[in-house]
Amino acid sequence: MKININGITFKNPIIAASGTFGFGKEYHQLYDVGILGGISSKGLTINPKEGNAGIRVYETASGVMNSVGLQNPGVEKFIAEELPWMKQTGSVVIANLGGGCLEDYIAGIELLNETEVDMIELNISCPNVKSGGMAFGIKADVAYEAVKAVREKCRKPLMVKLSPNAENIIEMGQACEKAGADSLSLVNTFKGLAIDIKQRKPIFNNLYAGLSGAAIKPIALRMVHEVCKNVRIPVIGLGGIYTTEDVIGFIMAGATAVQIGTANFTNPLICKQIIEELPGFMEEIGIENWEEIRGVIQ
Amino acid sequence: MDYFKSKVLSQTETAKGIYLLRLQVPEQQIKPGQFYMLKSWEDDFLPLMRPISVYRYGNGILEFLYRMVGKGTLLFSRLESGDEVDLLGALGNGFPCTEVKGKIALVGGGIGIPPLYETAKTLRSLGNIVDVYLGYKDDLFLVDEFADTCDDLFIACENGYEGYKGYITDIVNHEKYDAIFTCGPEVMMFNLLKNSTLEPSQLWLSMEKRMACGIGACLTCNCETTHGMKRCCSEGPVFRGSEFTMN
Repeated sequence: MKININGITFKNPIIAASGTFGFGKEYHQLYDVGILGGISSKGLTINPKEGNAGIRVYETASGVMNSVGLQNPGVEKFIAEELPWMKQTGSVVIANLGGGCLEDYIAGIELLNETEVDMIELNISCPNVKSGGMAFGIKADVAYEAVKAVREKCRKPLMVKLSPNAENIIEMGQACEKAGADSLSLVNTFKGLAIDIKQRKPIFNNLYAGLSGAAIKPIALRMVHEVCKNVRIPVIGLGGIYTTEDVIGFIMAGATAVQIGTANFTNPLICKQIIEELPGFMEEIGIENWEEIRGVIQ
Repeated sequence: MDYFKSKVLSQTETAKGIYLLRLQVPEQQIKPGQFYMLKSWEDDFLPLMRPISVYRYGNGILEFLYRMVGKGTLLFSRLESGDEVDLLGALGNGFPCTEVKGKIALVGGGIGIPPLYETAKTLRSLGNIVDVYLGYKDDLFLVDEFADTCDDLFIACENGYEGYKGYITDIVNHEKYDAIFTCGPEVMMFNLLKNSTLEPSQLWLSMEKRMACGIGACLTCNCETTHGMKRCCSEGPVFRGSEFTMN
């Protein structure tokens, strides 16, 4: 069940995805979140953020659109108030760090360097914050410069979270690898639009919002497959994972581990249930470790 | 709070588009005004569970009264006895029944009416005088049930079908009361708050927002308050009137 990413041991390949799981405390009321391979924190920024006004979530066919806008307590408060609890759960703690400009990322990294955070997930892909975040995630050369600058300061394993809205997902993955990323996670949400036709207005104040859920899974899986074939660093797959079969599929596409996000909303025990099902599945498909099936899809 | 399966005991359409769903559940600790997230489908079919407030609870039977408004509630409306429903709850803070004393008004509008039922019962059992104001657009529901659980019952119907013709907020005599609890359309509740002679801190509003997780993790059910963004699901749904600015 165990996996290793950038020298860090995860109990299993199931990681709770950033933005859907808070800092783990709420779900801990329902089950011991220490059984998770890892928890990726709510997206953090150097300064606290109130997030977006108006509607923040909207259901679509087999999908969910969100526009939370990185509401978070800021890196300092995270370190003081959330990190100690997360660390004692026993799961690998991944700090998801976003930002509007390079200076924000660097300031966040410098604070996180001094903590017990196991890993940084650099969010260059949030579609819901104007003038920031995703700008870095669209063009490979812009991402390269950002990741390179962060890499120089970052003393933790550095995972870069890619946007499916990148101009070219393969070039994006390669650029991040070249800039010094230790691993990649993909995909973040797809930029989408929902319209209230009666009011002739967009549903979201921010116009566009991020689409996740089962609707995006085939595209996410294709992108994970493409990137895995073209980089050497570990890839963590996410996008519409709901079942143990989905997890196996992402691993067969080349992923080292997976993140589960939107599915927590439809079944708050889904990560636990998948973790419990995995050993039986491994037995059923006749494997003893993940390497036997990782990347078997050519 | 727990995530568990329940069994449908019965379902009836009590008014046009309003359904009463009765579920058999293990023993629950529920405060008046709390809600559950419900689903009756496979995990990836509709991605979000639906938040519905408790109407009535007792003897292992949990009852919800909901309006059929979209895909999720359409699927609920097709449930028959013996079917399974997944529940997450009880969620939210509920009405602060032990923090008020004296003469209390409960003001409900439309599908905001059901959560006031257990609230009325609890407030009365604590020795308060409880008047209930119910506002409807057209079809009436729960009138007999409320008649048995309150001191005075007032009805308003926008189409004049019964009671006062117009909005329920028109006929609430604020000066008679020590506190007001309200649940219904935002415009109704804010109207009540704006026109009240009571201190805003003596009115409690049960808010409704689009939700995803229901437990405070996803930050999508944001309520803008004077104390910053709050999570409707876990810091609400009931907020003091003084937490809102009226402008």
